[in-house]
Amino acid sequence: MSALGLPAGRRSPAAVTGLGIVAPTGIGVRRHWESVLAGKSGLGRITRFDPAGYPVEVAGEVPGFTAGEQVPRGLVDRTDRFTHFALAAAEAALADADADPAQLPEYDMAVVTAASSGGTEFGQHEMERLYQRGPAWVGAYQSIAWFYAATTGQVSIRHGMRGPCGVLCAEQAGGLDALGQSRRLLDTGSRLVLSGGTDASLCPYGLTAQLSTGTLSASDDPARAYLPFDEAAAGYAPGEGGAMLLVETERGARERGVRSYGRILGYAAGFDPPSSSGRPPVLASVVRRAVADAGIGADAVDVVFADAAGTPELDRAEAAAINEVFGAGRVPVTAPKTLTGRLYAGGAPLDVATALLALSAGVIPHTPGVERPAPGLGIDLVVGGPRRTGARTAVVLARGHGGFTSALVVEGGDRTDHTA
Amino acid sequence: MSRRAVITGVGAVAPGGIGRDAYWDLLAHGRTATRRISRFDASAFRSQVAAECDFDPVAAGLSPQEVRRMDRAAQFAVVAAQEAIEDSGIDVGAGDPGRTAVSIGSAVGCTTGLEDEYAVLSDGGRNWLVDHTYGVPHLYGYMVPSTLAAEVAWRARAEGPVALISTGCTSGLDAIAHGVQLIEEGAADIVLAGATDAPLSPITSACFDAIKATTPNADQDPGSASRPFDGRRDGFVLGEGSAVMVIEEAGAARRRGATVYAEVAGFANRSNAFHMTGLKPDGREMAEAIRVALDRARLDPGAIDHVNAHGSGTKQNDRHETAAFKRSLGQRAHEIPVSSIKSMIGHSLGAIGSLEVAACALALRHQVVPPTANLTVPDPQCDLDYVPVTAREHRMDHVLSVGSGFGGFQSAMILSRPGARKEAVA
Repeated sequence: MSALGLPAGRRSPAAVTGLGIVAPTGIGVRRHWESVLAGKSGLGRITRFDPAGYPVEVAGEVPGFTAGEQVPRGLVDRTDRFTHFALAAAEAALADADADPAQLPEYDMAVVTAASSGGTEFGQHEMERLYQRGPAWVGAYQSIAWFYAATTGQVSIRHGMRGPCGVLCAEQAGGLDALGQSRRLLDTGSRLVLSGGTDASLCPYGLTAQLSTGTLSASDDPARAYLPFDEAAAGYAPGEGGAMLLVETERGARERGVRSYGRILGYAAGFDPPSSSGRPPVLASVVRRAVADAGIGADAVDVVFADAAGTPELDRAEAAAINEVFGAGRVPVTAPKTLTGRLYAGGAPLDVATALLALSAGVIPHTPGVERPAPGLGIDLVVGGPRRTGARTAVVLARGHGGFTSALVVEGGDRTDHTA
Repeated sequence: MSRRAVITGVGAVAPGGIGRDAYWDLLAHGRTATRRISRFDASAFRSQVAAECDFDPVAAGLSPQEVRRMDRAAQFAVVAAQEAIEDSGIDVGAGDPGRTAVSIGSAVGCTTGLEDEYAVLSDGGRNWLVDHTYGVPHLYGYMVPSTLAAEVAWRARAEGPVALISTGCTSGLDAIAHGVQLIEEGAADIVLAGATDAPLSPITSACFDAIKATTPNADQDPGSASRPFDGRRDGFVLGEGSAVMVIEEAGAARRRGATVYAEVAGFANRSNAFHMTGLKPDGREMAEAIRVALDRARLDPGAIDHVNAHGSGTKQNDRHETAAFKRSLGQRAHEIPVSSIKSMIGHSLGAIGSLEVAACALALRHQVVPPTANLTVPDPQCDLDYVPVTAREHRMDHVLSVGSGFGGFQSAMILSRPGARKEAVA
C-alpha cells in the first residue's frame, strides 16, 4: 500500500475530453486551430504598454481578451491577468467537455496548474503603491493575486472542485509536469482534473526580468522574432496565455458518454546538469523514459512537438536528442508555437492541446516562419504547410529555464472536427 | 514488494538557531524566536514582529557568487539540503544522478529578491516603465520560483525529476508528499524534499497587514506575539526558514544501514473550494484529508499519538482545525497532545510545512512533543490538549501533521516511527 494511494504498476492512460484555449492564436479551440492550420501568427508589437526603450518590442498577446466579459465580475479586480486567462480557459474546457462539476462528487475533482511567474503585473502595481504611497495603500487582494497558487485556488473555488489540488513550477516545462501529476491523481481516486497553465508577464517588470536571460529575440519584425531551428535563429519572442485541459479517467469519460481529443500515455521528467559539468543534457533520456512509460516503442511515435528554444545551441541539443532516440530524420518534428511565442507556464499545455487537435484531425501542423532550417540539424522539420498524415502518437517536449526537462506522450482520440 | 519512502536525513534553517540541533533545542525547550522585525524598517507597518533567522550565508558555506546570485530563500534551502545530506550519511554523488530528485515547496518564491530589484529598476517606485538597464543578470531567476529547486539540484548534482511545488501555505507538506510519490512510483531512489520561504520584506508585510491576518501586536512583548489556541491571540506572526529532508526508498536505506527518522505512512490533500482566505468553522475538508491519509496509512484514528497542528494563531484557523481533528479522529482527538510550533518559530508560509515535518521526525526520534508556547489563557472553543508552554515526553508511534492555506488547501501527512507499522517497510 502506498502512502499516496498509488496502485502498483503502470499509470493508467488519461482521457483529455475538453480544451480551453486563451492564446495569441485566438480564444477558443476553433480560432486557435484555424490559426495553426493557416500559419496565422499572433506575434506583433507589444500593446499592453509602450515597449519603446526596451530592446524587445515583439511578443504574442492574446487578441480581444476583455476580462470583464471572460471572467466573473467579482473576480476581475481580485486576480491577475494570468488567473483571468485560466478562469476563462477552465470554464471553456468544462463546457467543451460537457462536464458539470455540480453533478460530480466534489472530492473526486481536482485542479493542478503550472505557474511560472505568478501575478506579475498585479504585483508590480501593488509594489508601485507601496513605494510611492506607503504600506497602507497596498490592496487586500495582493495577498491572493500575486502568489503562484492564485489560479488553482480560484479555479477550485469557482467550480467547487475539492479534490487534491496542486501547483507545479518549472518555468516552460511546468505544464507537462502538471499534466503528469494529473494522470497520477486519476490513479489515486480523482476522476476528473482541470490541468494546464497560463502566464501573463507582458508588463514592464515582467519583460525586464525576461530580458535578463539574454535569450529573447531583439528583432522588431514579428516574422523574424522567433525562428527555432532556422539558420537565422536568434532567440525567442515571449508571449502570454495558455490552455487548460480537462483530463478524466477513461472510465469516467465513458460513463459521461463523451468523446475525447485523445489520451495521455506517458510522462517523464529530468534536470540538466550545469553546462560546466561536462555531462550531457538529460533530454534524450527523459524522452526514452516517457516513451517507455507509455508502453510503446520509439518507432510508434509519429511526430515530435519540439520545445524549440530558438537559440542555436539549445536547438542543436534538442535536435541531437530527438535523433538519438528516434534515429536521424526518422520522425517529423514541428513547432507551431512560433505563432504564439514562448508562453512559459502556458506553453506546454497549449502545445499538448495543439498536438491532440493535430493527432485527432490527422494533420501535422507546420512551423510557420521557418524557411531555412539550420544546416546539420538532421531532423525532419515540418515547414511550409501542414502535412496530412495518419499520425496517431506524439511526444511533446518542454524545457524550462535552469534545466527543467519534461516529455509527455499523447495519442489522438475520436473528436476529429475542431472547426465547429 | 511495493516501494516505501523513509526520512533518513534532516536539515533545518530556522528562527532561533541555524541547523537541526539548534532547531530541536529551541522546540524542546519551548523558547520563542519571534521579535521586532530587524530585516527592514517596519515602523510604518501594522504588524512589526516576525520570527527571523540569524543566518550568515558565508558562515554557512556559500561562495560569494552564490550569495550574490541566490535569493535568501534559495540560500536557506541549499544550506538545509546540505545538512540533510550530511545527516543521512548518503553519498549523493556516488550513484546515478538521474535517480536523485528534488522537490521543494515555496509559497512566495524569491519575493525578497523581486522586491529589492523592483525598487532599483523603478527608481524607488517612481517609474512604471522600469529601467531594464539596471537589472541584475539573474533577475529572471527571481521571477520564476523554480529557481529554488534548481539551486538545490545543482548543488546535489541531481538529474532526476526536479519540482517546485507552490500551493501557498501547504507547499511544504505537499512538496514532501511529491517527493514520496517519486520514490514510490520508482522515478527516483533519493529525493531532497522540503520547502523554503524568506518572505520578510515590506511587500509581504503590507499584504498581510491589508487583510489583518498578522498580529498587530501593539503593546505586547514580541517574544510572546504568536499565541495559537490562546484566548488572546490576534493573528499570526510571519516567519522564515527552510527544512529539507533526505527521503529514500526504504529497502535501499536499510541495505546501506541508514538510520531512519520516520516512514511517510500516509498523505492526502483536499481543497475547501470556499474562499481564498476564509475557512468554514466545521473543518470538513481538512477532516477529509486526514481521513484519507489514515486510510492510506492503514491506521485507525486510535493509532495517532500526536498531532502537529497548523496552529497559525488566527481565531478562524484554530477553531477550524480543532473541529477538523474532532471530526476525523473522534474521541482520540481529546486523548492526545496537539501542539503548534508556530508559537515559537512563527508562520513561514510555504516553508512551515517542511519545518513541521522535520519537527515531527525529531519528535519521533526523541519521543518528545514540542509545546505550544505562550498558551496561558485557554479559548473555550478550543478544548483539546494543546501542550501549553512546556514540552512533554510521550510515547509515539504515529504522528499527524496538517497544513491549511490560502487557496483553500488542506493537507495531512502521517509519519511513523521506524518499525511501528506492522506491515512495515520491505
